[in-house]
Amino acid sequence: MSKNPPGDAALTAFARYDDASQPSRVVAGYPNTRTRTPAAAPVAYVPGLSEITGPSFDGATLRPCEHNLAVAPDTGRRAIGQIIALAGRVSDEDGRPVRHSLIELWQANGAGRYIHGHDDNDAPLDPDFIGVGRAVTDGEGVYRFITIKPGAYPVPNSGNWWRPPHIHFSLFGSSAMSRLVTQMYFPGEPLNAHDRLINSVPDAAARERLVCRVVDNPLAPVPALGFAFDIVLRGRAGTPWIDA
Amino acid sequence: MKRRLVPPPTPSQTIGPFFPPHLIPPGANDLTSRAPGAPPAAGEVVLLSGRIIGEGGKPAVNALIEIWQADAGGRFNHPADRRNTPIDRNFAFWGRARTDGDGGYRFRTIKPGSVDGASAPHISVTILGSGLMRRLVTRMYFPDAALNETDPLLRSLDEARRHRLVARHAAAKATGGLALVFDIVLRGEGETPFLDD
Repeated sequence: MSKNPPGDAALTAFARYDDASQPSRVVAGYPNTRTRTPAAAPVAYVPGLSEITGPSFDGATLRPCEHNLAVAPDTGRRAIGQIIALAGRVSDEDGRPVRHSLIELWQANGAGRYIHGHDDNDAPLDPDFIGVGRAVTDGEGVYRFITIKPGAYPVPNSGNWWRPPHIHFSLFGSSAMSRLVTQMYFPGEPLNAHDRLINSVPDAAARERLVCRVVDNPLAPVPALGFAFDIVLRGRAGTPWIDA
Repeated sequence: MKRRLVPPPTPSQTIGPFFPPHLIPPGANDLTSRAPGAPPAAGEVVLLSGRIIGEGGKPAVNALIEIWQADAGGRFNHPADRRNTPIDRNFAFWGRARTDGDGGYRFRTIKPGSVDGASAPHISVTILGSGLMRRLVTRMYFPDAALNETDPLLRSLDEARRHRLVARHAAAKATGGLALVFDIVLRGEGETPFLDD
């Protein structure tokens, strides 16, 4: 940084990630983590304006149906599977809501198949489900999606590792420092306990925060399974602590 | 006993192999305008390409690379940049691309200005992909930039590693912009320095 940083100097002090609540970078039984994880220690540096700023997407280009994956936009036909209403609040670790921030979501269909050239599982595609959605958080940091519960699927050449039902989330937050890509899991799924990706997170409480919780159906009387999944993004140093 | 008011950040998980192509629309790797056909941003056009490779020179196929940078005037379109200098509203500032079967990626962008007169012009690079449980972050610098000599991050690296953060000129001159190559080695011989995150 220069002697007179052009941004707010206080913003440069971002909290460090805690390794116990983040996944280990190398995961047993997941070979790509060995061949793609850098061997050298990361370079310590002072984040500059290019790190403490970042893209913002105010939703101007979003179509109104993009949060609803359960109905094919062109035909109005419902996708195959159990319909779910998924909502949550995005905050930073200082407790501030992350407002007007883009969330990208993608998932397998009810049979455990993605629309993607690299997915060669033999489960059927659903012509009424593309499995991609976007939403922008509101003024309270709250997002909402309507979708269907994804199926489990086997990971090729992995010795019968089946991924539990999960939904991928990509979030941008308020700066490049808060970018997060993660996966959300469902409560009570037997495959969760065996999943190599969930188990890559050392801290049990942190693993639990990857699992959504059952809530009342917010769409009632329209039938749906209600789930809540709150997300916390990295905040600035100086996270509030209380005596307990 | 102290307790956090809010839990620590949600754990990262790998982006996996199935990031949807729908989220990489045509033009997502062209920062020189806000949308295909929209008015062009100011500044020198840069045609950036490179390969992302893993251990043993194996291409990192189907990885996602995202870039974020200042405009030609060194300005960011973000509230943390509080200077009164003008923002180029035609510039996209951010873009993303997916690597092809050879690990290759391409961007069309603008050469950024220096942000503060001390750090050299650079592009902030984020890599997500199968096998990466957490994102990787680095910076790409420009060849022949005088400020590279004084840039605090480049100066903190030894000679050999410093060069790995500086793009090179493409072998063939291109029409329509400054052609640069920035290869990213995730692991092994010639490994790219990644930033603490």
